[in-house]
Amino acid sequence: MAENQSSVVSAKNLGLTFQTNDGPVNALTGVNLDVRKGDFVSFIGPSGCGKTTFLRVIADLERATEGQILVNGTTPEDARKNRSYGYVFQAAALYPWRTIEKNIALPLEIMGYSKDEQKKRIEHTLSLVNLSGFGKKYPWQLSGGMQQRASIARALAFDADLLLMDEPFGALDEIVRDHLNQQLLELWARTNKTICFVTHSIPEAVYLSTKIVVMSPRPGRVTDVIESTLPKERPLDIRETPEFLAIAHRVREGLKAGHSYDD
Amino acid sequence: MKTLRTKVWPVLAVLVVIIAAWYAAALLMNRTIAVEEAARKGEVLTTQEMWLKSYRLDKPLLPAPHQIVTEIWNSTATMSITSKRSLVYHAWITLSATLLGFALGTVLGIALAVGIVHNRAMDKSMMPWVIASQTIPIMAIAPMLIVVLNAIGISGLLPKALISTYLSFFPVVVGMVKGLRSPEILQLDLMHTYNASRTDVFWKLRFPAAIPFLFASLKVGIAISLIGAIVGELPTGAVAGLGARLLSGSYYGQTIQIWAALFVSSIVAGLLVFIVGGVERLVYRMMGARPEATA
Repeated sequence: MAENQSSVVSAKNLGLTFQTNDGPVNALTGVNLDVRKGDFVSFIGPSGCGKTTFLRVIADLERATEGQILVNGTTPEDARKNRSYGYVFQAAALYPWRTIEKNIALPLEIMGYSKDEQKKRIEHTLSLVNLSGFGKKYPWQLSGGMQQRASIARALAFDADLLLMDEPFGALDEIVRDHLNQQLLELWARTNKTICFVTHSIPEAVYLSTKIVVMSPRPGRVTDVIESTLPKERPLDIRETPEFLAIAHRVREGLKAGHSYDD
Repeated sequence: MKTLRTKVWPVLAVLVVIIAAWYAAALLMNRTIAVEEAARKGEVLTTQEMWLKSYRLDKPLLPAPHQIVTEIWNSTATMSITSKRSLVYHAWITLSATLLGFALGTVLGIALAVGIVHNRAMDKSMMPWVIASQTIPIMAIAPMLIVVLNAIGISGLLPKALISTYLSFFPVVVGMVKGLRSPEILQLDLMHTYNASRTDVFWKLRFPAAIPFLFASLKVGIAISLIGAIVGELPTGAVAGLGARLLSGSYYGQTIQIWAALFVSSIVAGLLVFIVGGVERLVYRMMGARPEATA
């Protein structure tokens, strides 16, 4: 990786402890990570490994209790106030009383874009996620996969260079998921965004990422960081190649190592 | 045709049973009066005469349905609506207080709910008082309110409307607090990632999410607003309004008049709830709700 590429997310010895009624829960400890501009970073691990928590710390939806984290060179709070990232949740979380285009307009309205600018951006992002012509529909008129694509369009609508995605395709069936993964790679190539992507699927992580962060639970921590050697151009059948399988194998080993900690 | 079978027939069947039971009850309750009235004139009634007379008394214990319908017809359709004996006139007097009180109650209820949801101090302190306000019997507080307001020179429409307000703000507060808090954490997190202001969160998320809760409350609110307005007319010796008709009817033993006023008030209440339901469907359609969800 070239040294001159600027760091979008940089965590140093990051830790987060939740105070619960059953005592403190150590969600993250000693996380050191550097996400560089243009990276596609996947976070993979079993539930409770803190991958979603880490994403929420980047987004200033949770506050770290130890260590340091910089997003775009500032604190997560300032990064959020600068609207420097778009967040895609596990569920589409579209507002049911708004049409698809109105849902995409939501962040634009809040951020004070003009009506003309809103219209332009809605059209542009709808075509990015292949939903042109569905702008006037209400969320319930769309399938689950289309709804999730609309929520990605909503996150792309404003000028955030960082896209945070928390298991966005987790609730979809495998055929739809393959299709969306392919579209996501195309979109990433076209828009040059930095993407942080939480998943619990090994093939998904390997297929999408330039960098795979393997995490393990109790306490949530990073056990391995794998730089992918796959080319940027990735057809779906790249998943049959020895190179792909070798990376997948290393991810699986990393997950196993984390698990031996358990019972 | 399905609506006819599933909706109209069951209602009609119940109606027929009620009317039949009513005629039977009217005969049982009125026949003593009919026989005594005849005896005072020195007449002895045959069974058939007794039946007919029981359904034609001026001041029956229980008026027969057709007597009530006739009274309503005579005091609405065949009379100028400005006449002091017109039920349309009296219904309008009560309706105007109802609508004013309902509007004030809705505004007050929404305002309180917004305060409770957005202000921690109000959240901790208001709800017990709101609930306590409804534990006081309205019949006890209505005369007090009217006397007090009269003393400071407020009379007429407003005191009655305020009693409607007193009743109708309650379901609106309860419903709106629940409604404004109904957005999921995900939807609120989304607003947080946009660094949205509280105003934006309110108008773009909390308020639209609360609309179904609001309409459920408004349907209850409009019906009890009417009750409030009628109750407000009773203790003041009001000369106009459905409450006044009930009161004067009971002074003079005009049972038919009482029942006619009761019927008109329930028809008005039904219409009001129906109108709120219509507005609800309209708003839902504008908000893009799934068609079967509004049925």
